Amino acid sequence: MSGVFGGTVKRKEDPRLITGQGTYTDDVKLQNLAHAAILRSPYAHALIKNIDVSKALEHPSVIAVFTGKDIEQRVGPIPTAWLPPDSDIKATAHPALALDRVRYVGDGVAMVVADDLYAAKDALELIAVEYEVLPAVVNQEAAMDDAAPLVHSDAPHNIAFHWQAGDATDEMFESAPVHVSHRFVQQRLIPNAMEPRSSVAQYNKSTGSLTMWVTTQNPHIHRLLLSGILGLPEHKIRILAIDVGGGFGSKIACYPDEALVGFAAMELGIPVKWTEERRENFLVTTHGRDMILDVDLAGEKDGTLTAIRVRNMANMGAYLSTAGPGVPTILFGLIVPGAYRFAHAKVDVYGVFTNTTPTDAYRGAGRPEATYLLERMVDLFAMELSMDPVEVRRKNLIGADEFPYHSALGLEYDSGNYQQALDKAIGMIGYETFRKEQEELRSQGRYVGIGCTTYVEICGLGPSQVAGAVGFQGGLWESSTVRVHPTGKVTVFTGASPHGQGEETTFAQIVGDRLGIPIDDVEIVHGDTDRIAMGWGTYGSRTTPVGGNALAIAVDRVIDKARKIAAHMLLTVEENVEFDKGIFYTNNEDGAVRQATFQEVVLQAYLAWNLPSGVEPGLEGHSFYDPVNFVYPFGTHFCMVEVDRETGEIKILRYVAVDDCGRVINPMIAEGQVHGGIAQGIGQALWEGAIYDDQGQLLTGTFMDYAMPKAHFFPEFETAFTETPAPQNLLGVKGIGETGTIASTPTVVNAVVDALRPFGVRDLDMPLTPEKVWRAMEKGGESA
Amino acid sequence: MAITNTSVEITINGMLHSLDVEPRLLLVHLLREKLGLCGTHVGCDTSQCGACTVLLDGQAVKSCTVLAVQTDKQTITTVEGLGTIDHLHPVQEGFWEKHGLQCGFCTPGVMMAAVGILEQNPHPTEEEIRHGLEGVICRCTGYQNIVRAVQYAANLTESSAVESEVAASNIHREAYEGR
Ligand code: FES
Ligand code: FES
Repeated sequence: MSGVFGGTVKRKEDPRLITGQGTYTDDVKLQNLAHAAILRSPYAHALIKNIDVSKALEHPSVIAVFTGKDIEQRVGPIPTAWLPPDSDIKATAHPALALDRVRYVGDGVAMVVADDLYAAKDALELIAVEYEVLPAVVNQEAAMDDAAPLVHSDAPHNIAFHWQAGDATDEMFESAPVHVSHRFVQQRLIPNAMEPRSSVAQYNKSTGSLTMWVTTQNPHIHRLLLSGILGLPEHKIRILAIDVGGGFGSKIACYPDEALVGFAAMELGIPVKWTEERRENFLVTTHGRDMILDVDLAGEKDGTLTAIRVRNMANMGAYLSTAGPGVPTILFGLIVPGAYRFAHAKVDVYGVFTNTTPTDAYRGAGRPEATYLLERMVDLFAMELSMDPVEVRRKNLIGADEFPYHSALGLEYDSGNYQQALDKAIGMIGYETFRKEQEELRSQGRYVGIGCTTYVEICGLGPSQVAGAVGFQGGLWESSTVRVHPTGKVTVFTGASPHGQGEETTFAQIVGDRLGIPIDDVEIVHGDTDRIAMGWGTYGSRTTPVGGNALAIAVDRVIDKARKIAAHMLLTVEENVEFDKGIFYTNNEDGAVRQATFQEVVLQAYLAWNLPSGVEPGLEGHSFYDPVNFVYPFGTHFCMVEVDRETGEIKILRYVAVDDCGRVINPMIAEGQVHGGIAQGIGQALWEGAIYDDQGQLLTGTFMDYAMPKAHFFPEFETAFTETPAPQNLLGVKGIGETGTIASTPTVVNAVVDALRPFGVRDLDMPLTPEKVWRAMEKGGESA
Repeated sequence: MAITNTSVEITINGMLHSLDVEPRLLLVHLLREKLGLCGTHVGCDTSQCGACTVLLDGQAVKSCTVLAVQTDKQTITTVEGLGTIDHLHPVQEGFWEKHGLQCGFCTPGVMMAAVGILEQNPHPTEEEIRHGLEGVICRCTGYQNIVRAVQYAANLTESSAVESEVAASNIHREAYEGR
């Protein structure tokens, strides 16, 4: 049963999920459970003149109503946990309920607790709030204007921070043989994990301990932050997040709502639950992207790229969310040079306050935005030179023999074989053939196009020293405990907190593989701060490269101790004991092979009747693994599209993805991650986008107005992997959760722009709606 | 707040329930809050996501758009009544085999919708499955493996019809895979 690493294994988490036995937060039922509902500001910017809660309190089912003033001294503000260095950041804390001013539509104003959910919602309508509406600002560029209203009085020009990296002078661009400039708009996206956010809190006054079920990607970070906000020692808080219905970054942040639920349970002495409606999810749960990017690219006439420069105006929303400032700076900025040999790069980032929902990580966080501008620029550069875009990429890709590679922005890319992935993808899509067919089809009046992205991403977030250097207010190592039971079965406690990525299976594969035991003998425990000492959660594709390696090290520590015991049992010394496929064996001088199964050795460890001297009973391995570097997955994606001349409708004809995430533990799960990522990335390219009006009202606030991708929007994706092991970790793994989202957005837009070439179209802002595409053809058609 | 309750009799997963419900109570809340059948999920308030899909007299419906009182004298099947771990419904088996789920939140509803699709069209093409899934949103899977899961279930059901005397579903699977 060993050797399961690299094999397709059905998921261990599925039986409970397909039979309706999962435990998502809203499924938690407790005795005397009260329900909370939150009154939210209907205005983007307003002063609160008065709040009258008397009518709500008269409602027979209402237990309590809290306003900002009621809790001011009791519930601390929600902090920002990522403060990029050297950026004079205005880390304006977010009050859990607005005090005298609301700053975005959805900002919490009051909370009702009632004994019935319907009653709690009824009572919201009985609260009378007097507002004085103020002018709002929603666009980050407009917000930087002298005349713009200020979101926070201590942030002039609404600038929350200014951050820079790298070096490239004006002269490098002005004097370059080829210089391309362009502005890209990364529209705002709404993550829309299918499970709405929710929390349930229960307080035990006699022990002073608070138990909370929370929809979170990082329970320990929530415990840490809630400890500060609620003034409870960390060890008195238990956070549970067993089944979480997707996160995509939006469940990293600590929100006012969770703090309020915790506070209400402590204050009222009864358990309290709050679950957001989808409408609230649209308004309040963090959004992603939203950047205006001015880019310069310099190169030679032969297609060599030399320098890149980006000015990023990033819309942070009304408050700096938990990891918000890290996204447009560190996660975006450092990867701007991508997979190419740039000699110079410079990134200038302005984080800007507006009267909109705070932005934070959304699948890929920063890296999709960087890859998008780079891959679009490479195509514009190729267009300028009338070179084939694939040729430009081939010419500039970092060579397989150049790793570790030091990028112009100071990163050390661990390993790669970018050409191999490119060649494989070219073969799969049949690039040359398509180019010939394209000519033919164009002459028939059919507008087909092909687009490509060659990318590298930075993931496996750690190492802790780097986290500190870039201003993340936490470590980024990961913990693992491997507890072997007397029966030889194993429970693993991991600080990573997967929520759909299948780590209950891949982690069991790692253990099964190393110990030579069936994966059914391995149970993975995650998402419970009482059972797991510490951990940093799941985001940034860190779970397998960091948490998985922590696990492998802990398993090896188990084996090391077991080997000592086995040697004693087999009457030899440790050095003479081999371990393979679950069997310890020895070849002694007398020629006799002696062996003991893993289970036999484990039993001895617990019986402890005859242990070698100095060896304690029991068998557990622990690891707190801090990686030495990030990991850098890479790959090439291709897409073929056809644009309908009459309607502007885009049809995706084929989509090919070749990704390299180092060694693949479970191809089925890795492929599933790629599929989901591609769908989300194409969602941004073609359909999705959050739109605010000038007053800061979210116009795309339901699934009726925000175009979520459906099954029939897509063709079948053709996926493949190349495997270039990560050289700096035990398992040789990188990360796969974000590659699809990072690569697919520019791939699709490149394909559409390629299809629109006959109309002289150079670029279109996302999403590429049929109307926009049709207009471009009309306009381009005229001028051509 | 004098709201008079209404008595209803509903058969849920084969069990007859006599209940007193508020007239405005949604079926999904009856299932989740009053009966503890939390396998049916709520993903939206606008009848768009399909996470709450259940079978009402054999037809897939979104239980967030149905009032509990409307289901008087009717039959409801939720994911808890679809199959058990020892006896999975072909659709459940398809989702497990083909990795049709990731976070699993949309899954009960998507599986119920799939049952509905196969009910109407036991041999759907890929295209037909994709269109049949119009009413559901999955943010995790990119749908490809959901489509495969439904195809798998269709094939499984077909082979079980052919060999109707063979009952155990694991034998069906072998028959299917052996093709
Ligand atoms: S919860 Fe019923 S359709 Fe979304
Ligand atoms: S599996 Fe997560 S939403 Fe479908």
